Amino acid sequence: MSDEFILQTHGLTKEFAGFVAVRDVDLKVRRGSIHALIGPNGAGKTTCFNLLTKFLTPTTGQILYKGQDITALQPAAVARLGLVRSFQISAVFPHLTALENVRVALQRQHGNSFDFWRSKSVLDVYNHRAEELLHDVGLSEFAKTPAVEMPYGRKRALEIATTLALDPDMMLLDEPMAGMGHEDIDKISALIKRISAKYTILMVEHNLSVVAHLSDIITVLTRGQVLAEGNYAELSKDQRVKEAYLGAGHE
Amino acid sequence: MRLAKQELQIDGTQQMTTLTTSSTGNSNPNALMRDEMWAFLIMTVLLALVPVSGIYPFFVMQALCFALFACAFNLLIGYGGLLSFGHAMFLGTAGYVTAHALKVWGVSPEIGIVLGVAASAALGVVTGLIAIRRQGIYFSMITLALSQLLYFIYLQVPFTHGEDGIQGVPQGMLFGIFDLSKPITLYYVVLVVFLLGFLLIYRTINSPFGEVLKSIRENEPRAISLGYKADQYKLMAFILSASLVGLAGAVKVFVAQNASLTDVHWTMSGEVVLIALVGGLGTVFGPVIGAFIIIAMQQYLASFGQWVLVIQGVIFVACVLTFRRGVIGEIGHYFRRSL
Repeated sequence: MSDEFILQTHGLTKEFAGFVAVRDVDLKVRRGSIHALIGPNGAGKTTCFNLLTKFLTPTTGQILYKGQDITALQPAAVARLGLVRSFQISAVFPHLTALENVRVALQRQHGNSFDFWRSKSVLDVYNHRAEELLHDVGLSEFAKTPAVEMPYGRKRALEIATTLALDPDMMLLDEPMAGMGHEDIDKISALIKRISAKYTILMVEHNLSVVAHLSDIITVLTRGQVLAEGNYAELSKDQRVKEAYLGAGHE
Repeated sequence: MRLAKQELQIDGTQQMTTLTTSSTGNSNPNALMRDEMWAFLIMTVLLALVPVSGIYPFFVMQALCFALFACAFNLLIGYGGLLSFGHAMFLGTAGYVTAHALKVWGVSPEIGIVLGVAASAALGVVTGLIAIRRQGIYFSMITLALSQLLYFIYLQVPFTHGEDGIQGVPQGMLFGIFDLSKPITLYYVVLVVFLLGFLLIYRTINSPFGEVLKSIRENEPRAISLGYKADQYKLMAFILSASLVGLAGAVKVFVAQNASLTDVHWTMSGEVVLIALVGGLGTVFGPVIGAFIIIAMQQYLASFGQWVLVIQGVIFVACVLTFRRGVIGEIGHYFRRSL
């Protein structure tokens, strides 16, 4: 069971002072799949993400990752297990160069991150790997550019490179296409498709053509609850989904 | 405009390197190190020449103590993004402990300094554990509250002699060799301590730890999502900062030959903010320049009495309104260099 599903939740619920943002969600993410989480605004998608990565603590319910109960872990500990998230607003370290951004992620696994008495030139050993990762996402020429000076779409790519540096088992992408132009969307889609060969991906995304194109399976959330689950073809015929989310315009 | 241009080039050909490198010439690590090395050498030479220059060495020693104080403070705010508004407690605590150890226990100077630094470090652990649980303004408020708490304790407990302070602290022989009652010897000892402290801070900023600290400053949730336990790094930076402030406070005892409530008063915490801000937050040399500016003002404008505070206030406002990067920050920005 745990082999087939890398991440499972049982009765995941989050209440904020009486308001139930996520109610009784049972999610099963198949290993190696691209799983999309969609739903109208306020459906609880981001809250769900925050719960899974422990940035929020669930009110009730259980989260199993690779068969291990991670419900009580700290967010940094979850990341160390290989479940790494991205953020809705692009999460880079703006005043570090692209290379340094990736290197900070590489550095974590090597356990010298508390060494304040050593020169950071000891980190140069990670430069090669960092350059490879930047190359993989098409950012080689930005290696020495501070992230703040990079175009938006490139920042998202950098974010993915940084996440890949951790060599995670599973990536949670929170609206990876938010605020992007067409060309960037195509590039990032292609990138996600490519990396999905190695990693399990759970993503929240509003752009339905991206969802249709990328995802193997889609879970529809409304008002904090799972409304339906299936592939895009199935869901686009589902009357409840249409009413709740897709509307007539998306036929 | 430039962004659009960059994007065009990326989508088009591979010839974008000129644009990107020219826009980031300042982040070339080698050039950066070279600038900083030269600046450090110039600073060292200038400071080493002070005794033969006719400048009042007492003033420079005092400024050096404040410079180390401000550099240590800057480590926390400039690179960790944490604004402590209670850093006087570390300065004052080390001062009291060192002064007491020297005068009452009669220990040698080096032991006195070690005890002072250890006291500040220990205080840093306790206050840090409490303060880093909160962020932003709340962090500042907690540090302020803790330092006020300590101020009133020091006002009451007998060993500090309350309003009188610990006066007439003997300077003694450092390592049994250097007679600290000789101004020249004392000057060079203070200078060496300052330079060592400065180098340790510089190294910390440019260490594996410093990289993580900066990433937490830049984007804490993201650093956590990469698996870093941000609180541990912040605590570490807090303790390092507290210890180095303690070093400044301990050495200051030898210069002033006393330890008084002034050093634990909240205005001292404010002064270090001012020093760092005038010099340039998050710059390596800014706090040093800031300390010399502010201490020089206090020294040479002393005849204006209370008006010094008003002038300081005006400078503070002018700094925030017109040159927010501080003196060094603005110079660095102008030359597209990082200092």
